[in-house]
Amino acid sequence: MTDATTTVVTVPVAAPLLTPRQEIWRSLKSNRGAMAALTVILLLILCAVLAPLISPHDPSAQNVDIALTPPAWDEGGSWAYPLGTDPLGRDVLSRIIYGSQYSLMIGCIVVTLSLSIGLLLGLVSGFYRGTADSLIMRLMDIILALPSLLLAIVIVVLLGAGLRNAMIAVAITNIPHYARLTRAAVMTELTKDYVIASKVSGAGTLRLMFRAVLPNCLAPLIVQSTLGISSAVLDAAALGFLGLGAQPPTPEWGTMLADSRQYIERAYWAVTFPGIAILVTVLAFNLLGDGLRDALDPKLKR
Amino acid sequence: MIRFVVHRVLLIIPTFLGAALLTFTLIHLIPGDPIQMMLGEKVIDPVRKAAMLAQYGLDRPLYVQFFDYLWQVAQGDLGKSIVTKNPVWDDFFTLFPATLELAVCAMVFAIVVAIPAGVLAAEKRGSVYDHALMGAALTGYSMPIFWWGLLLILLFSIHLGWTPVSGRIDLDYYFDEGTNFMLWDSLMSDQEGAFVSALSHLILPSIVLGTIPLAVIARMTRSAMLEVLGEDYVRTARAKGLSGFRVVGIHALRNAMIPVVTVIGLQVGTLMGGAILTENIFSWPGVGSWLVNSIYQRDYPSVQGGVLLIAGLVILVNLSVDLLYGVLNPRIRGRR
Repeated sequence: MTDATTTVVTVPVAAPLLTPRQEIWRSLKSNRGAMAALTVILLLILCAVLAPLISPHDPSAQNVDIALTPPAWDEGGSWAYPLGTDPLGRDVLSRIIYGSQYSLMIGCIVVTLSLSIGLLLGLVSGFYRGTADSLIMRLMDIILALPSLLLAIVIVVLLGAGLRNAMIAVAITNIPHYARLTRAAVMTELTKDYVIASKVSGAGTLRLMFRAVLPNCLAPLIVQSTLGISSAVLDAAALGFLGLGAQPPTPEWGTMLADSRQYIERAYWAVTFPGIAILVTVLAFNLLGDGLRDALDPKLKR
Repeated sequence: MIRFVVHRVLLIIPTFLGAALLTFTLIHLIPGDPIQMMLGEKVIDPVRKAAMLAQYGLDRPLYVQFFDYLWQVAQGDLGKSIVTKNPVWDDFFTLFPATLELAVCAMVFAIVVAIPAGVLAAEKRGSVYDHALMGAALTGYSMPIFWWGLLLILLFSIHLGWTPVSGRIDLDYYFDEGTNFMLWDSLMSDQEGAFVSALSHLILPSIVLGTIPLAVIARMTRSAMLEVLGEDYVRTARAKGLSGFRVVGIHALRNAMIPVVTVIGLQVGTLMGGAILTENIFSWPGVGSWLVNSIYQRDYPSVQGGVLLIAGLVILVNLSVDLLYGVLNPRIRGRR
């Protein structure tokens, strides 16, 4: 197809300069696991938002006549209840769809709470050092010394069982991770020239904290927040399973497992599917977190 | 070295005091007063209540009560359970062997599977094995273990009938006196089949409790091995013509073990948290299910004492790991 008379001159083209954000996106896009995870998460969000439209039944409508109906592909099952019904005759699929609202809400609220508190504590620790630093870090050590589920249980016992208190409890157990990360990042950044320059030109502490240093500490915090969503979902479900989290009849996945575990011999479906939902959600956020870490910090790439 | 040890040991004191303060606050923040809790629903006249408050020392200022509590804890007195009326210390350590046995078996399972898997994944980096193993590890790491336990029961106990559903040993066996380590007791007794029964009860709970540590250790082993395999001395060993097994299994693995040992030690906290769930699923009579039952029964002295003891154990194990790390890796000692 090429015309022999035209001379083709190849100009060496410099690789297009990418903004950091584009570079991260490009790296993330090349990570198949992370993209799959992102797809799953988007589907989950869609499920949560469209729950009233797509769920075939009311998640809390009880009907004892159809209790423990097996899933559609099993003998005695019907497509009216694709994943079967639970011991109270509620549709398992609808409850799982509505459960995604709870899990995503739990993940977001817990991470927002623990991130904002941990961030502030870490900034104060890293900037002021001295007594404040020692006090804060000792407190974080105490929280870390206790197994997180145990501490969450203790806090729930203190505050009373329920979804709100379970979220507070899980958030508290997660604060130290953010505080430590922020403190470490702040201490590294504070020695850099741009901070000193900013200080010399008269920036106040608050400006230094939030305008200069914080934006440069964000990478590890974004990764930790993503991974934090998965551990929040997992811990809140564990509390629900122990009867200390969301209370029945809330269609929270962990609570659903607790509701039907006695019927495990007769109704595998009522136990199997909520668990798969938890696993897939947690796995997706872990995969995305791993992908983000590789994309944001090439040094850590394994 | 001595300075390093002293520094580390001193550091755990505030941590332990903090844990004590936390458990102390727990009992004082719970709605309802302790006297009413002891009496249950009974009505009590104010004079008698004041007398009881004085009797238990509950009318003194809180900080006095806290120091008093610390003094009691230092003497091993954690109060008495409201339900069993036994000292909490005794209740805890009667059940603790069950949890320890389960935790040790879970850890052995995790290590025996995870280290070869991690080494294989590192050695065959980028291969199908690597991807499959690391995918499995990430799945294990994301596993809601309370559901995983139910799933295994469904498959192995209910459908296949291979393993028992719950408990530590069949009811046919009974030991008058024992260490409460069921494997040991059953092995030492002359009752036929006792050991097999105890072992079969341990399999599923160990797998469930070991799953998350397994995943963490496998991932750590892989990344530690990858780092070590790139070192010059490994290339030298290969160049000398040593067999692949000697290079990977002996030269490289030995150095890769340092971070892995640390990670194993740090899993003890995860194990204690996981034990609460695992024991709940398999009705395993250990401190995890005891603690949850104490919560359900509002047996607050037991909850308080149990949490403090578990925290103390985890703090001690973490300290040992810290010290061991200092021994294994001299560079750490200088740092603070």
